[in-house]
Amino acid sequence: MSLGSYILRRLLLAVPTLLGVTVVIFLLLRLIPGDPARLIAGLTASEEEVQRIREELGLTRPLYQQYLIFLDQLRRGDLGVSAVTRAPVAEEIAQRLPPTVLLAVCSVTVAAIAGLAAGILSATRPGSALDYLVMAGAMAGVSIPVFWLGIMLMLLFAVTLHWLPAGGYGTAAHLVLPTLTLSAFSVAIIARMTRSSLLEVLHQEFVRTARAKGLGPRAVVLRHALQNALIPVLTVLGLQFGALMGGAVLTETTFAWPGIGRLLVSAVSSRDYAVVQGVVLMFAVIYIMVNLVVDVLYGYVDPRIHYG
Amino acid sequence: MSIRASTTDSWPIVGAPRRAGFARRLRRRRTAVAGAAILAIFLAAAAVGPWLLPYRPNEADFEQVLRRPSWAHPFGTDNLGRDLLTRVVYGARVSFLIGLLGVALSVASGVPLGLVSGYWGGRADLLLQRAVDILLAFPGFLLALTLVAVLGVGVLNVVVSVGLAAAPTYIRLMRGVVLAVREHAYVEAARAVGASDGRVLRRHILPNCLAPLIVQSTLQLGTAILTAAGLGFLGLGVRPPTPEWGTMLGEGQTYVFSSWYIATFPGLAIFLAVMAFNLLGDGLRDALDPRLIGPQGR
Repeated sequence: MSLGSYILRRLLLAVPTLLGVTVVIFLLLRLIPGDPARLIAGLTASEEEVQRIREELGLTRPLYQQYLIFLDQLRRGDLGVSAVTRAPVAEEIAQRLPPTVLLAVCSVTVAAIAGLAAGILSATRPGSALDYLVMAGAMAGVSIPVFWLGIMLMLLFAVTLHWLPAGGYGTAAHLVLPTLTLSAFSVAIIARMTRSSLLEVLHQEFVRTARAKGLGPRAVVLRHALQNALIPVLTVLGLQFGALMGGAVLTETTFAWPGIGRLLVSAVSSRDYAVVQGVVLMFAVIYIMVNLVVDVLYGYVDPRIHYG
Repeated sequence: MSIRASTTDSWPIVGAPRRAGFARRLRRRRTAVAGAAILAIFLAAAAVGPWLLPYRPNEADFEQVLRRPSWAHPFGTDNLGRDLLTRVVYGARVSFLIGLLGVALSVASGVPLGLVSGYWGGRADLLLQRAVDILLAFPGFLLALTLVAVLGVGVLNVVVSVGLAAAPTYIRLMRGVVLAVREHAYVEAARAVGASDGRVLRRHILPNCLAPLIVQSTLQLGTAILTAAGLGFLGLGVRPPTPEWGTMLGEGQTYVFSSWYIATFPGLAIFLAVMAFNLLGDGLRDALDPRLIGPQGR
């Protein structure tokens, strides 16, 4: 099977999951106690006005018809209208998406580089002081509350040392603390996975062969062992992207970062359900897509996988 | 293992020496011991702290607003003059309770579904696993946040959100274990001598699922506390003035420029509690199942 048809097949397999996600999100809005039309209209609205909104939203139709209308709107990129700002949800998300993507891309990059480096250093010196240090740091990294880490970094670098801004958006300096905060958990996970996976590979025959034929330790680790150790690391990279998105919501709130995470939090606080629905859908779609990309990347890392 | 294959009640006898070995393996893991020790300190503080501390958690004292840490107030006081050490100690009760109830809910909802799905298979399994696929497409914290959006804030709703958000993980875990255990010869033997499905599940499959279940639940306790604290930090968790660590931290962030201690100590408590569960969970995994090496994290 070629790479193209493999990607196509994976994409097709993601369709039922995506549809399921829309069903869950659709039902969610219907599960909310109270009348969504009344919520949108506001407490002071007259009964006629509420009824008008009810019909406008299609709430008088049977549930499955409502779902089909919802799907049709999604297909056209229509995510509804924010109850607070009255702006289209799709527009609000499009406006807030770039800062979140910037933060996520920077964090994943930092996490991949730092996590791999720490994992390699650790695995090539098992039992050393450095190994213990990396593993202790990794344990701290998976346990530390991301919002607390953010505040502590803010205390140190913004409040005490005045090196970096405490929050906001705009310059590269604004990006440093949120990126460090958000990447900490991922660095830890990747370091742990790289270490255990690399340790396992380093004990295998082909590594001994590579050593026996006189390759230096650097070439053995980087060219032979690491490539084989990367597969489980990739899986973890994809799966922990979910934690990263949850962390983004908290990090953006800590640093007043104008992304979709903060949009979600303010929407939940103000019970702006159309926005909640849109943002959660966005996050789920991104998560599914990222893991799809990871699936495809396996093929590049591991030539044994024949897109079966 | 072969003795456990019989349908007699003899498996605890085999269990005894195994348990002794387990305790020894666990003790050898110094990190696991450290985790257990931290938890013991938290539990002791939560249990007896309220009798030893001179303040109440919600007792405002406007003469003592935003005081730095001192002998009278080791963690300082907050913007209402409440003693932060007292609030952190009471917060241990709230956070551990939310963690325990949340995990109990995940177990109660996820384990039966996973067992049934793995044991009987078929169309129900297929449907359930597709549903789990869909729920796992929502990142854990966001699922909890979305559930809070629907249910509203408050202790009970936080428990339900945190508990249900982790249920799909338990369904997946249990199903996987059951699929592996189901094929063992002693399960087949038990069925061959006429044991009912219920009996096979209860007496032969469930005991073998306990090790991964205990490990997962220990780690999940940390995750549940972290998730609940995250919701509290966003102002979407436990309502003030209840002393919950995340909520306190969220309130403290407002004063981060003038009073560093308000946000620092509740966060340190969350950090230590979560790390203790992670250390213990990793140690339990290594001790209960020597085949599983190395942390995989979550």
